[in-house]
Amino acid sequence: MTKWFEEHLPKLVLAPSFIVVLIFVYGFIGWTAWVSFTRSRLLPRYELDGFIQYDRLFDSPRWDTAFSNLFVFGFLFIVIAMILGLILAILLDQNIRTEGAIRTIYLYPMALSMIVTGTAWKWILNPGLGLEATVRGWGFEDFTFDWLVNPDMAIYTVVIAAIWQSSGFVMALFLAGLRSVDQEIIKAAQVDGIPTWRVYTAIIIPAMAPIFLSAFIVLSHLAIKSFDLVIALTGGGPGYATDLPATYMYTMAFSRGDIGQAASSAMIMMAVVFTIVVPYLYSELRTKDD
Amino acid sequence: MTIKLLGAVSGMAIIASSAAFADGHAAPEAEVLHYWTSGGEARSVAVLQEEFAANGGTWTDMPVAGGGGDAAGTALRARVLAGNAPTAAQIKGPAIQEWYEEGVLADISEVAEANNWSGILPEAIAGHMQCDGTWCAAPVNVHRVDWIWANAEVLEANGIEMPTTWDEFNAAAETLQAAGVIPLAHGGQAWQDATVFEAVALGILGADGFRKAFVELDMDTIKSDDMIAVFDQMRTMRGYVDDNFSGRDWNLATAMVMNGEAAFQIMGDWAKGEFMAAGKVPGEDFLCLSTPGDGFLYNVDSFAMFAVDGDDKQAGQALLAELVVGESFQEVFNLNKGSIPVRTDVALDNFDSCATLSADDMAASNEGGSLLPSYAHGMALRGAQAGAITDTVTAHFNSDMSSEDAVQMLADAIANSL
Repeated sequence: MTKWFEEHLPKLVLAPSFIVVLIFVYGFIGWTAWVSFTRSRLLPRYELDGFIQYDRLFDSPRWDTAFSNLFVFGFLFIVIAMILGLILAILLDQNIRTEGAIRTIYLYPMALSMIVTGTAWKWILNPGLGLEATVRGWGFEDFTFDWLVNPDMAIYTVVIAAIWQSSGFVMALFLAGLRSVDQEIIKAAQVDGIPTWRVYTAIIIPAMAPIFLSAFIVLSHLAIKSFDLVIALTGGGPGYATDLPATYMYTMAFSRGDIGQAASSAMIMMAVVFTIVVPYLYSELRTKDD
Repeated sequence: MTIKLLGAVSGMAIIASSAAFADGHAAPEAEVLHYWTSGGEARSVAVLQEEFAANGGTWTDMPVAGGGGDAAGTALRARVLAGNAPTAAQIKGPAIQEWYEEGVLADISEVAEANNWSGILPEAIAGHMQCDGTWCAAPVNVHRVDWIWANAEVLEANGIEMPTTWDEFNAAAETLQAAGVIPLAHGGQAWQDATVFEAVALGILGADGFRKAFVELDMDTIKSDDMIAVFDQMRTMRGYVDDNFSGRDWNLATAMVMNGEAAFQIMGDWAKGEFMAAGKVPGEDFLCLSTPGDGFLYNVDSFAMFAVDGDDKQAGQALLAELVVGESFQEVFNLNKGSIPVRTDVALDNFDSCATLSADDMAASNEGGSLLPSYAHGMALRGAQAGAITDTVTAHFNSDMSSEDAVQMLADAIANSL
């Protein structure tokens, strides 16, 4: 009996969470997929009706805006946050005396909720209250910075706020990566008289490849599920210029009583996540098999 | 003797049983889901709770704040799907029909007929409360949406009268702009853009055109030249708004009119509550007039009644329906809320001049067939269609899209939402 118990203990301990995940994650993914093929409006209905919701989705100019915003926002956010985070990490890695304090300062925005970040940046970027008004108050009457209220530029304000929030976190990731590189190799390179920038580009950064991948995965899922930042910063506006798929889905499901549309947009979001995560998982699993 | 005794006993039994029956009905219960949670609204709903309690009922309050009813809608959906619907829920307009089609609403025709609702409610509004000929919801109030509010002092200083045509409005706005006053206080949120748009549409399309376009979704009207004119006027009005309007809340826009920063605001009569709360007097400090054009756009709050089990709950539902449409509640509630009574036979002695104007216009437009549901506030169309129109309106207002493109986009969006 004890032996049986010992043998099966791991399975028994894991079983509840396995079942919960099976139902509440994969079960509901399946449910959403089903609903996305129906004509559900206010309440879910289950009679299948082909691809009608996807047709409607791709005909909708608002979804076009939301979907292309996802790529603009996701690309700029991930790339800039990673570059900024890497630069900050390298600078912090130069044996600075107050490293602990500075690291905390840079990491601190991560402790704020996106709602707080969004609201603070809304005030900073508001032309009548924030930066523009302040600089004009200094005497530069022509200074204009109205991205927040300009439909063509508003999405970039979301990028700015998101980078401010996350680059400190990326920095911390990279800093840990920098520290994990074998010091012996670095010292050997220095003995050989190789310049510091070469040490970074040829030794340290290539050695950190897995960290880049982790940072990319973390940032890309932050980008895809971005919701609260947009709601707090722009409310999706001006017009619907800063809509993202997540806010589109919310509007359809909860304001408009159009559950079928919401479900189909959620499925597209999931497909985007899969195109990023599946190759990653595949490469991870394959290296382990090797 | 025996027979007498038997009669007496059975008589007592009848009395006893009818007492029990009365007891059963003496404890009406109602669980009411609503989203009246802000200061003035919460006070208004407290009036109903008191009246309900005074009639021997037990009120279970279920306020759900947030999102202009979105959060309440989500809570309601969860409750209904779980088979545990509240007695009544604050739902309005075509959403009542949508819930009816899901087969979850109750029939309160008995109360409605006993209280002659069809005689005292304007016909257009009564239509919203009926599902397939039976009564399924009780109306609470009437907000008028197509109001234009103005700062009396600013208008006087610039020698401007309240505009009665859109050309007059544009001329007044030019004068104001030249004088350094923001002509139109506006908040760049989609629903506010839609509110201005429907006021303009009512003025330019007329009552019949408005009905065809935004109630019947008649494609010829939607693609007509008049609709292009509507978008042209929206483009003109975009020029009368200050640069900093994006995302501004409606009450902040009202405050701009109040303190003379801006001259006009186009907003429903909930804006009056802001003026009143600041101690302003209608006709002296601020002026109210319907937006240019004939017609009356209404936004009616109502309680939809859900099918519930149990005599106590059904009694509560009947009592609630009776009280909500009752004269005393209609008067007290609407005085608090800033709207007007939905029944046409309530004395308006205690109401202010804007409210009496609103009530007169409602009666007149009811006669003339120009009493119309507000599309921007979810009275005319279902969520998906209304949302599609609002998307186009807000996209046009917040960009440099041409009116022709906007009309084409509007037609496509509506077709796509059906």
